Amino acid sequence: MRTIQLEPMHGWAIAKRIQQVSREVLQVQQGSLYPALHRLEQQGWIKAKWAESETGRQAKFYTLTAAGRTQLEAETANWNRLSAAINMVVSEA
Amino acid sequence: MRFAARIWMAVKMLFGRGRAAARLDDELRDHMERQVAENVAAGMSAEAARFAALREFGNPALVRDEVRAAWSWNWLEVVLRDVRYGVRTLTRSRGFSLIAIAVMALCIGAATSLFTVVRSVLLRPLPFRDPDQLTMVYEHFRDAASNKEGFNYNSVAPGDYYDWRSKTNGFEDMAAYAWWDFNLSSQSGELPEAVTAQAGTWNLFPLLGVQPVYGRTFTEAEDQPGARVAMLTWSLFERRFGGDRSIVGNTIRLNGNPYTVVGILPPSFVYPTTAAQLWVPFASLYGAGMPLGPEWLHFHDRHYIHVVARMKPGVSLASAISQVEAVQYQLHVQNPMAPVAEDVAPRDINEDMARDVKKPLLLLMAAVGCMLLIGCLNVANLLVARGAARQKEMAIRGALGARRLTLIREQLTESLLICIAGGVAGVLLSLLATKWLSSQWKDLPSAADVHVDGTVLLFSCGLVFAAALLAGVLPALSSTGKAVFAALQASSRTTGGSVSRTTLRKTLLTVEIAVTVVLLIAAGLLLKSFMRLRTVNLGCATDNVLTLGYSLPSKKYDTPEKVNAFNEALLQRVRALPGVLGAGLGGVVPGAGPGSDDIFHVVEHPPVRPGDTLPDAQVRRADPGYFTGLQIPLLEGRFFLRQDRGDQQNRAIINRTLADKFFPGENPIGKHVIIPVYGPAPFEIVGVVGDTLYKVNEPPFPTMYFPLLAGLGDFAQTFSVRTVADPLTFSSTIQKQIAALDRELPVSDVSTMQQIIGNSLGNQSFLSTLVLAFAALSLLLASVGLYGVLSYLATQRRTEIGIRIALGAKREQVLRLMLLDGLRPALLGLVLGLAASVGAAQWIRAMLYGAPPVDGWVFAGVSGTLLAVSAVACLVPAWRASRVDPMQALRTE
Repeated sequence: MRTIQLEPMHGWAIAKRIQQVSREVLQVQQGSLYPALHRLEQQGWIKAKWAESETGRQAKFYTLTAAGRTQLEAETANWNRLSAAINMVVSEA
Repeated sequence: MRFAARIWMAVKMLFGRGRAAARLDDELRDHMERQVAENVAAGMSAEAARFAALREFGNPALVRDEVRAAWSWNWLEVVLRDVRYGVRTLTRSRGFSLIAIAVMALCIGAATSLFTVVRSVLLRPLPFRDPDQLTMVYEHFRDAASNKEGFNYNSVAPGDYYDWRSKTNGFEDMAAYAWWDFNLSSQSGELPEAVTAQAGTWNLFPLLGVQPVYGRTFTEAEDQPGARVAMLTWSLFERRFGGDRSIVGNTIRLNGNPYTVVGILPPSFVYPTTAAQLWVPFASLYGAGMPLGPEWLHFHDRHYIHVVARMKPGVSLASAISQVEAVQYQLHVQNPMAPVAEDVAPRDINEDMARDVKKPLLLLMAAVGCMLLIGCLNVANLLVARGAARQKEMAIRGALGARRLTLIREQLTESLLICIAGGVAGVLLSLLATKWLSSQWKDLPSAADVHVDGTVLLFSCGLVFAAALLAGVLPALSSTGKAVFAALQASSRTTGGSVSRTTLRKTLLTVEIAVTVVLLIAAGLLLKSFMRLRTVNLGCATDNVLTLGYSLPSKKYDTPEKVNAFNEALLQRVRALPGVLGAGLGGVVPGAGPGSDDIFHVVEHPPVRPGDTLPDAQVRRADPGYFTGLQIPLLEGRFFLRQDRGDQQNRAIINRTLADKFFPGENPIGKHVIIPVYGPAPFEIVGVVGDTLYKVNEPPFPTMYFPLLAGLGDFAQTFSVRTVADPLTFSSTIQKQIAALDRELPVSDVSTMQQIIGNSLGNQSFLSTLVLAFAALSLLLASVGLYGVLSYLATQRRTEIGIRIALGAKREQVLRLMLLDGLRPALLGLVLGLAASVGAAQWIRAMLYGAPPVDGWVFAGVSGTLLAVSAVACLVPAWRASRVDPMQALRTE
């Protein structure tokens, strides 16, 4: 969701972005992105629109909804707390 | 906002599924193409770029499946797939499916019909305000004779009721009603009509919370002797007055007296039964112009009214009743020589209205339940058999990764499909069956009101799911268990069926047969008791006897002379008709019910001590020719004479039971009895006649006859005519004779003695026939089950049998082996069933007339029938197995 926070993107671009941002550390299979996207769409956190892409073909663009934005903030805060905690535990040891 | 979005999403996913799938394909393809393009741009060959893209992406088919799993309504898709799959498997074996559906349709149909009746009669709340707060209150005698049958709810005496109401305050209010008959005169050309009415106290309607549709209910001032007001039930209002509301405020003529109609009761008010057509104030039955004097309102020993009470909030039933009981015991102590009960007994108002039909209904419900159970077991058995045939398929699918839950779900879907199809057919069937049932079952208190409604349909739905679960779970569990995967390893050369599955089938079969035996025995006992009832001798002529009722209104027939003149003229006219063998005028005819009974004292005997049971006899009237007319034999003394009237009317004839019970070892002729209700004058006993039964399934009761020629007006008399041929053909001739004497006089209840007996037997025969039908169906189902199991076993053991025969086993030995294999569950089921029947028979004991609940003949007959039927069901597959050609059997492997 963070990936599409700024602008609508289509699936392939999202996969690429995740790879870049995580500096190739997260090497998930690109395919497994789609079930996640669709699940978010069913939850109403993101919405999708078919539009002309930069190559001139029809592509499905995903956008974050208002509800999704709230959810993202909550999740991010949650994650930060958790990872900070883990960090502390790991560095302590 | 998000909620709305999700709803929109859900709608889109539900209706745009095909489009969504196509778009998903587009999306994935788009992704692949971009990746390929990037790879090509990075310098790969087209082929290598495609592979690299695929490698990075993963399995597109799997992704597509996973995405679809993320969509909403996915469960619906799964269900649809299961259903499609189930329908396909079911249509593939059409014979099996049709049999299973037919079985379920029968069972569910029967259960639905009965539940409809049970609900209307026993479960539907009465159309009153807070019906839970209502209770009936009866008197309760302590002596052993009254408590013999375990049923002791005695009608209340009016004096008791008024004392209860005025001297206690535990109930919010108490109201009373009593049955009464009126002649409703013609108003504008219709025929005069005898109507059954209820006389209710003024507070009855407010107590029940019933509002009239038009007009008002009775006022307290109208509940007095001499009041002439009436309320019509909706059915009389519609039928006789064409629903014309201008009747409110107008007069109708009852027994020749003008009554003002003050209100019309709502259609839902069918109380206490459909027979009640009209209501008048309770106290208006007495006093001037009525046959009963106002002193009747204060009698404590004449029991004929029903009391309904509404509980007061915060006062328990027990404490309210204990107050009433204290008053009643006082009354008992004050009247030691009169039949005044010691105690009172509350009775649930629903139970009171359901009366005698509760037990038969529950019995039928139990029978249908048994049948449903057998049906489910049978379908389960068939499914287990099919499960065995599909063992390989299950194993392969399991090995390919189908979860056990998925396999079970699929099998359950199949049994659910069977049950739904059966349920739909069954409900349609029950619509017809319910109509038939309520028209046949005359005793039902609210027969007109029995219909299928939402609750009933809900019940059937529940039934369908329960049946599907019952029939589906066992086979599904057994055919998907771990052992199934052994099937893959086993070669096709297995020589015996899976032991556990065979045990399961045999257990199911044993239960099925045990339940069948219970049903058969119950049916047998009921049938035997019915047969016995049919051959009961009523004690009088019953063939070709016509009976009809009339009552001479005392307004017109105001002296005994006028009454006698009419009666004698009618008797003379009818006896002179060609084809008439005899005619008699009396009260209630034999077989038509207990009528009224009164306490008497024998003048020549020492007085009864307080605390002893008071001598009680049913009282009847008879004209001089009554006994000859009905062929009731004279045992001693004489019949009534034409002179037994006026000042000579204090004569009585008693029946043999009364003579034996109260005059043991002495001659009753010439003795005198006093009936306190009739005044202090003694009646001389002039004759003893043979016993007649007041009800076919009851022993004779002490009975006294008094001269009809006493000439009572407003007395419900029955005219019995014995004819040479079909008596109903005489009915119009006889009615013409009555009309010739009095055009205004309505005739009621034209029927034959056989019909009267039939009415009291009707439900017995109806009940035993129905239970027998259920039992026969169950037997059929069980034998089909037996046949199925053994056929299956025989096929499974074909190779084994081939080897046995090849090694020299005789065909008879094979036959015996297979036969015993099939008969073992039958025998075990029989033994279990017989044991259970002993308990079941105790439960229906009250419904068996003159038959011991453990009847050797019935038990032996049922055992014989069951063994014979199961032997036949086993013989065919066993014989087929013994005919196996060993070469063939071994080669087909």
